[in-house]
Amino acid sequence: MADSSLKAIRMQVMWNRLIAVVEEQAQALLRTAFGHVAREAGDLSAGVYDVDGRMLAQAVTGTPGHVNTMAAAVGHFMHRFPLASMKPGDVFVTNDPWLGTGHLFDFVVVTPAFVEGRPVALFASTCHMVDVGGIGFSADANSVFEEGTLIPHLRLRSAAGLNEDVLGIIAANSRNPVEIRGDILSLVSCNDVGVARLTGMMAEFELTSIDELAAYIIDNSREATREAIRRMPRGSYAAEMSLDGYDAPISLKAEMTVGDGEITVDYAGSSPASNFGINSPKCYTDAYTVFGLKCAIAPAVPNNAGSLEPFKVLAEPGSIVDPKRPSPVTARHVVGQMLPDMAFGCLAQALPDAVPAESAGSIWVLAMASAHERMGDPRFANASRFNVMNVGLGGVGARPGKDGLSTTAFPSGVGTIPVEITEDQSPLVFWRKEYLPDSGGPGMHRGGLGQAIEIANGEEAPFTISAATFDRMRFPPRGRDGGRPGRVGIARLASGTALATKATHVVPAGDRLIVELPGGGGLGDPKNRARDRIDADIAAGLVTREGAKRDYGME
Amino acid sequence: MADAKPFRLAVDIGGTFTDVVLEGPTGRVTTKVLTTPAAPEEGVIEGIGIVLKRAGAGAEAISLFIHGTTLATNALIERKGARTAFVTTAGLRDILEMGYEKRFEQYDFYMDKPEPLVPRPLRLPVRERISARGQALLRLHAEDLHRAAAVMRAADVQAVAIGFIHSYAHSEHERKAREELARLLPPSVTICISSEVCPEIREYERFSTTCANAYVRPMMAGYLTRLRQRLDSMGLKAPLFLMMSGGGLTTLDHATRFPIRLVESGPAGGVILAGQIARECGLPAALAFDMGGTTAKICLLDDGEPERARRFEVARIYRDLKGSGLPVRIPVVEMVEIGAGGGSIARVDAMKRITVGPDSAGADPGPACYGRGGQSPTVTDANVALGRIDPQHFAGGRIALDAGKADAALSGDIGLKLSLSEHWPAAGVSEIVEENMANAARVHAIERGKVIDRYTMVAFGGGAPLHAGRLAEKLGIGRVLVPVGAGVGSAIGFLRAPIAYEVVRSWRVPLASLDLGEGNRLLAGLREEAHRVVAAGAGEAPLSETRLVDVRYVGQGHELPMALPNRALGADDLPDLRRRFEERYRQIYGLALPQMAVEIVTWSVTVSTALPAAERIPAPTQRTAARPIGRRRVYEPALGELVEMAVYSRPDLAPGAALDGPAAIVEDETTTIVPASFAATINRRGDIVMETRHGR
Repeated sequence: MADSSLKAIRMQVMWNRLIAVVEEQAQALLRTAFGHVAREAGDLSAGVYDVDGRMLAQAVTGTPGHVNTMAAAVGHFMHRFPLASMKPGDVFVTNDPWLGTGHLFDFVVVTPAFVEGRPVALFASTCHMVDVGGIGFSADANSVFEEGTLIPHLRLRSAAGLNEDVLGIIAANSRNPVEIRGDILSLVSCNDVGVARLTGMMAEFELTSIDELAAYIIDNSREATREAIRRMPRGSYAAEMSLDGYDAPISLKAEMTVGDGEITVDYAGSSPASNFGINSPKCYTDAYTVFGLKCAIAPAVPNNAGSLEPFKVLAEPGSIVDPKRPSPVTARHVVGQMLPDMAFGCLAQALPDAVPAESAGSIWVLAMASAHERMGDPRFANASRFNVMNVGLGGVGARPGKDGLSTTAFPSGVGTIPVEITEDQSPLVFWRKEYLPDSGGPGMHRGGLGQAIEIANGEEAPFTISAATFDRMRFPPRGRDGGRPGRVGIARLASGTALATKATHVVPAGDRLIVELPGGGGLGDPKNRARDRIDADIAAGLVTREGAKRDYGME
Repeated sequence: MADAKPFRLAVDIGGTFTDVVLEGPTGRVTTKVLTTPAAPEEGVIEGIGIVLKRAGAGAEAISLFIHGTTLATNALIERKGARTAFVTTAGLRDILEMGYEKRFEQYDFYMDKPEPLVPRPLRLPVRERISARGQALLRLHAEDLHRAAAVMRAADVQAVAIGFIHSYAHSEHERKAREELARLLPPSVTICISSEVCPEIREYERFSTTCANAYVRPMMAGYLTRLRQRLDSMGLKAPLFLMMSGGGLTTLDHATRFPIRLVESGPAGGVILAGQIARECGLPAALAFDMGGTTAKICLLDDGEPERARRFEVARIYRDLKGSGLPVRIPVVEMVEIGAGGGSIARVDAMKRITVGPDSAGADPGPACYGRGGQSPTVTDANVALGRIDPQHFAGGRIALDAGKADAALSGDIGLKLSLSEHWPAAGVSEIVEENMANAARVHAIERGKVIDRYTMVAFGGGAPLHAGRLAEKLGIGRVLVPVGAGVGSAIGFLRAPIAYEVVRSWRVPLASLDLGEGNRLLAGLREEAHRVVAAGAGEAPLSETRLVDVRYVGQGHELPMALPNRALGADDLPDLRRRFEERYRQIYGLALPQMAVEIVTWSVTVSTALPAAERIPAPTQRTAARPIGRRRVYEPALGELVEMAVYSRPDLAPGAALDGPAAIVEDETTTIVPASFAATINRRGDIVMETRHGR
């Protein structure tokens, strides 16, 4: 009794410790990263894996598109570099979209940890780079070859030191060579922090292997997840969704089958891969589908190989959710980040009153750059050159019993970048960043509001904006159970011209860019919304009087 | 002739207790009275009365009164501040509510973001615009201020925060707006501007800090004014200084203008005490471990000095998660605080794991063993079940504990769910809370590039001495010190604090293109402002100065604080700064990036009175075996079972007394557990010094 009790408590203590170790790893990355999207918005992840490549723990800081793709990526590394070939000091790298996290912008770095000369675990981390060459952050490419430089699985460091050849190639192919080098070294050093912490923990607990702990974590998490699934009614449930796409609308189809402690989602029937960079590689499709399922079914179970195991995702090779090389994939989140809503669409039938309405979904990456240099206009000879990113976030769908969150990333785990930071790094001026009244889908519970962002170049020179990730401009986030859709997104110039989805546009000198992010869908019949909630929304200006009359029948 | 005013007084108002310490020629008198939230001055006055009576002194014999309080923190947590309006740049009024636009808990789609302190109808837009370079792109529209004032008058607003974009770079619009609004609003309305409260880049954090300051200001100003009147009328004319979260003292007048700087003043006091002990005992590296009823605080001090930070989160609404509170950018002592205290509630989660906290049973209903209706098992219940706390002598015997109720709660909520019996549920709760604290301490050390097992732990607050030994074992720490008066450690620390003030400004400039003249002008301005504040309270006392810049590689978002010399910068200082930055960076992150440009982001100057001289306390020359007063069965984690151990009475232990673990040393306010792996002696200060018997 005493021995087994002590052992169970010890296992729990070590599990908590492992989660703390990877959080340290992620914090080290956040503090040393260079790209704004990584360091301000938090577009990064970190995790630890056992010697079979199974994810044991992920950092709290991070985003699902990274975390769950990395869960598979480490296995791919180990296929190329078998465990037996790894040596202390080794670090491996890739940005292969199919073997990493879904597009060239994310570099994945893997570092094995050794104790007494034997590999005991692996650490992996990833973050979004500022620039990887090619045509830049855009969906305009027709193949991955145009999208930038692909680094296959390579050894980035050995006991002898860094492989400067690899770093040199990466830097030489980036518009921001200094930052990309710095960011890759940040990944290396955060993994080192993780390795040092793990080996220290193993010394403290007098362990030479964590295999027993790994089995404990994975078995417990798998069983807890299966248990949660077993509480759901078995059967098959289907959902469909239309997205704007690049040149033509996209149709997504899913069929979810709840079996004995396991769930399969099959995307058969979804659109074929696009000729433009909005395809979601299978690893990314898996990541966000499972994220959606997990949120609704077993949110409290820590994310690891065990809790992911009961979920299977199927797709037709060559479809938009399983594109094959060399399909372009830069803006893969346009499709990938809509997949939790597909999961919720299926789950709504199995678990009524337990899932939210649809959300704005895909984050709108506001990739903006100076345009005068390529236009060669002598009037702007002294204008500043810049290449910056900000993030536009729309509304989250209304939740059972609650309104949706306004202007908040979901399912992505990133956040916004402060206006003052972007303005400090460029001549841009954000004249407006404000809630968009009436944009939240009407319902008993209202969808979260989108926002209006209005940007000018303070030097009155032209600048470009990539609309690569702008979606739900035609097909809005839908409501559920009688709730109505959120408002569609809009991109336009202040002078009036509407900007088409996905392409790259020039904002002419003196004009302003206006983006209006989609609102989340509503939940339940708007007629059933409490009167005092409607009054409060009117008083706060979140719903206009006309909107209240039109959407809620208020006189 | 004896000093006519030989006494110094310190009062720390906490959530449950108000701690009072009076130091004078005959030594120290302390008391704890219940906090009186509706009129906190009542508890303060009551406590002062008690200590004066016990010291046989009159109010006029007090030369100095130092005060810290959690009132501002509690007002923010409980949302009991003033009705506040926020006047901001047109087009950007929702920044305050949008926040980071990020979910701090990925998997919980029911999570909510913290409500802003100012609701949307009172966030009032004004047309104006300053660029990132500090130029006016759009003039300040006075007519918008008139419209805003009308709204504020109609809503009977008591406080106004003004926050314009890029005001850290150019504050003229904010100042003009304040002048104009002061004319348009009743004189009782408080007005704060962001360029004074927090002149730093990142609009959400600056606006949040300014609104929080305005929100607590009327209440704090009212309280401090009433307190001053009560003190005057009882003849306590001594100057009153307030403890700030950064570890310095400030004047009543200044505290009334920037009350947000008073949050976390209690924990800061404890850190100062730890610093004093570190200097007196010659500890180059000290870890302050403070554990009370609701939270545990851990802070690292090198050469008696803690690190300082400028960002803090108040009123977290969702477990202890970063991001779930309101950010405030103020000078704070760098520490980690987690929801792990005596009242922290233990339960079993879906994974059949024991979790502890961060929610607390507080004082009411309190732990199950209090017998006041609390049903959930807490850390205190576990300590009773493990024999660490003697139920008959808790809080000096003032609160009788019911061990049966502790056992019942532990067995019902933990034991049955995990099939654990006997002492195992309690052992699990204790191990988990200790592991949580150890993890927090470890992460905190790593984030600062420190090696934790080189530190000596200084444990104070009612709960810390119970857990300090085990925590030290987990952290590999070989020495633990439990100071005299551990139960009121924060208030004792107040009496050791310097009068100090820090002034901060954002000015981002690469080292390579820094204009030394401009840098020196900026530093001189900061210095003058800080001197003005400190001189108001310090009189003729000699002042010291610290200049810091926050430095990073160009393109990064996080900085490392680096010291500058206390003189005008010369050309040689910049390469030296770079060299020191890279050394520090390598220490924390393993590698430096010599190809990258380095920039300064923020500049600050701190002016401070000198710390009281620390006299090195020599080690006792003679050791005598201490005599136990009894024996009882207490849990010994290394063995996993309850063992018979000796019990000592702390007041009986004179300097030089020595004893071996396992042992329990009891006193009115707490109990120190000496694990089997430690031995303890009493030093000349009267502190318990536990040292590992296995060597380090």
